[in-house]
Amino acid sequence: MLSHEPERYVEEIKQHASNYGLDFFDVIFEVIDFEEMNMLASYGGFPVRYPHWRFGMEYEKISKSYSYGLHKIYEMVINNDPSYAYLLKGNTDIDQKLVIAHVYGHSDFFKNNFWFSGSNRKMLDEMANHAVKIRRYIDRYGYGEVEGFIDICISIEDLIDIHSPFINRRADRKSVLEEGEDGRVSASKLRSPNEYLEDYINPQDFIEWQREKAEEEKVKKKKTNFPESAERDVLLFLVENAPLEEWERDVLSMIREESYYYAPQIQTKIMNEGWAAYWHSKMLTEKVITDIEIIDYADHHSGTLATSPGVINPYKFGLELFRDIEDRWNKGKFGKDYEECDDIEEKRNWNRKLGLGREKIFQVRRFYNDVTFIDEFLTEDFCREHGLFTYNYNRSTGMYEIESRDFKKIKEKLLFLLTNCGRPIIEVIDGNYMNRGELYLVHKHEGVDLKLDWAKDVLNQLSRIWTRPVHLETSVQAKVRVFTADGEVREKEIK
Amino acid sequence: MILKIEQDWGRFREIVRGKIKENLRKYIVHSELIGKKGKDLISIPVPQIEVPHFVHSPQKMGGVGQGEGEEGTPIGIGEVDGDRQVGNQAGSHILEVELTLDEIARILGEELELPNIEPKGKENIKSFTGRYTNIHTSGPESLKHTKRTFKEALKRQIITGSYDPQDPVIIPISEDKRYKSREAVEKPAYNAVVIYIMDVSGSMGNEQKEIVRIESFWIDTWLRYQYKDIDTKYIVHDAVAHQVDRDTFFRIRESGGTIISSAYRLCRRMIDELYPPDEWNIYVFHFSDGDNWSRDDTHECIEILEEAFLPAINLFCYGQVESPYGSGQFYYDLEDNLGKEDNLILSKIPDKDAIYDSIKRFLGRGK
Repeated sequence: MLSHEPERYVEEIKQHASNYGLDFFDVIFEVIDFEEMNMLASYGGFPVRYPHWRFGMEYEKISKSYSYGLHKIYEMVINNDPSYAYLLKGNTDIDQKLVIAHVYGHSDFFKNNFWFSGSNRKMLDEMANHAVKIRRYIDRYGYGEVEGFIDICISIEDLIDIHSPFINRRADRKSVLEEGEDGRVSASKLRSPNEYLEDYINPQDFIEWQREKAEEEKVKKKKTNFPESAERDVLLFLVENAPLEEWERDVLSMIREESYYYAPQIQTKIMNEGWAAYWHSKMLTEKVITDIEIIDYADHHSGTLATSPGVINPYKFGLELFRDIEDRWNKGKFGKDYEECDDIEEKRNWNRKLGLGREKIFQVRRFYNDVTFIDEFLTEDFCREHGLFTYNYNRSTGMYEIESRDFKKIKEKLLFLLTNCGRPIIEVIDGNYMNRGELYLVHKHEGVDLKLDWAKDVLNQLSRIWTRPVHLETSVQAKVRVFTADGEVREKEIK
Repeated sequence: MILKIEQDWGRFREIVRGKIKENLRKYIVHSELIGKKGKDLISIPVPQIEVPHFVHSPQKMGGVGQGEGEEGTPIGIGEVDGDRQVGNQAGSHILEVELTLDEIARILGEELELPNIEPKGKENIKSFTGRYTNIHTSGPESLKHTKRTFKEALKRQIITGSYDPQDPVIIPISEDKRYKSREAVEKPAYNAVVIYIMDVSGSMGNEQKEIVRIESFWIDTWLRYQYKDIDTKYIVHDAVAHQVDRDTFFRIRESGGTIISSAYRLCRRMIDELYPPDEWNIYVFHFSDGDNWSRDDTHECIEILEEAFLPAINLFCYGQVESPYGSGQFYYDLEDNLGKEDNLILSKIPDKDAIYDSIKRFLGRGK
């Protein structure tokens, strides 16, 4: 049965969601046809984006796979206040109900998860602003010119510091007042309980010595370190220091902003989808669906959770892990007593009837991201029950093969894949290398080499922005190498 | 909502076609046209531009999966694919799905903009099929057309005045009866045969044969879609030629020299004996690394082509794969001597990426 007004379920489902304790932004639902859905999906969910072929490329992929019947997008939801959600016109009633419940799960997650706390909740407007600005630059400087610059930017758009919204990495600039009256750096003193002990606790000559040392340090820092400490937000460093035209600087910083907007969604992909799947399944099976809809619901739900050997399905994985946590905290399967229990039978039947499960998963959805989620809650039992394994490329057969079902290895690999969104960590070490204004980057090697042909190309792009040679230090097959790009890429080994 | 994507989409397609932005050309990937018959798992070509990023080397990366299997069980991802990572938003660019061969052929046709084949006119051969599209006044009771019968009865009763609207009773008599009848439809019959010839001499390596396998699979799929029944024959040759079955065709590895005319002679005999050209649409595909044994032999090949093949058959396609040993001279010999012939198509297939263009070249003329 086709539905023309899925809106009529919205009120009901919203009420259920609130009753379960979900706390979401207002959600604006729009029912759109597949053509509009494909287009919006190509634009990453936003109706207005700057002109660039990358969106056309997405469209090619999405619209083709739609027309060949490979997949269809049922729903899209945007992290924004209010959240925007798009429903596909012509879906069956049960599909729409599921999707609406799913969307409320996402909106709750956007609003409450800590990692989203820094994200711009007016991104819909911001994206439109970016589009307007870039269109203006196009009018002024020409389509090819601006597009060419964006081409460079998208090669480096992921060189951001995903934790920087939450940490102040740069030492606060000390106000002048904190320096001594004589303009010298004040030394840190130990607190003395009485004034008459001051001279004993902070002897004058020691203070003087400390002060001199601090002064020296300051001078040294000024001379040698630029940036002061390793800078992981390569884009910020370029925005602030690269010799760019003003419009280029503006474009680069807009692209950087959009990267930061998308970062928490990548960082919490498993949790976010798991959370939404948890709630659509809970709401629909407990409250919403009618008898005749149960088969269709089960069909759609199992399609969403289907797994294939080579990939982790974030819906399935997240949902099961949330359920596992809920179950463990309901039964008290955690803590010292449980961990130290050696009796398998006792452990299996462990039930302290604590009933803390619901509370715990709400807490988890607030404070965790995928890395910490898996680090803390993935258990050996869970891995076994859900048939997880690690796989690797076998050079001799040319195939990916199951490598191990060992819990430690699975966890290690998962954490590696998720850390820094699975991207290599690149830092700016020196913006004035050899005092020649060259840029020196270091890849923090975590056991996996870079894809070298691409790395060289990216390096070349960087050298076009920096206009001076750019170096990248990395390891290739356990040997430290430095690649230098200044139009072409050279390579040398260092010991 | 207006479709604003048009501009970006158009721009993207222009880049893919190589009209603008040469610098991006090397990043364009066509996912491979790979068909696994049986399970019918097919990758569909969606051209994408892979913008380089700093990424981990995918081969050393590995990953985590879910499912059954012992250690060492392959998990069915043969392709190295950098996008397959947990937590990565963008899906992989290779789309795999179960499709029937007919659907695949249709997609292939759209994708490569292949024209439908116009078979050679074989007006003299006709087959008859029948469809029940007519109405007759006589026939067996089992084919009685009840509605039409009652209509006739009603007409008769109104004319004779025996119809009473207050008491509408209609009784058909034998003149009223109408029967469905069969009408013969003449359809020209198109017979088609495809003969694949492959050079299996020592210089053809596994990679070259893989190319032949993929390309002939797609050609086969397309021709089967265009003709209802199709015969396929397989010939392999080194210094001598043999007819083999399909399985052997793709597996065999010989090590002799190369005498191409041996295969052409066998092919000519086959056509003479089994497939008279006035009744058959004949396609011949020949794959080789183009390193023929002698110039004399090449001359003989060209003679056979000129005398026997080209006047009689729909299409002769020669695909030359590149091998590290071969000179590839045969391609140029054909080009110089017969390059102007309408139904001879030459194509070079240096690597797997070129298969796409090669198929388009072979089948793009709609013959």
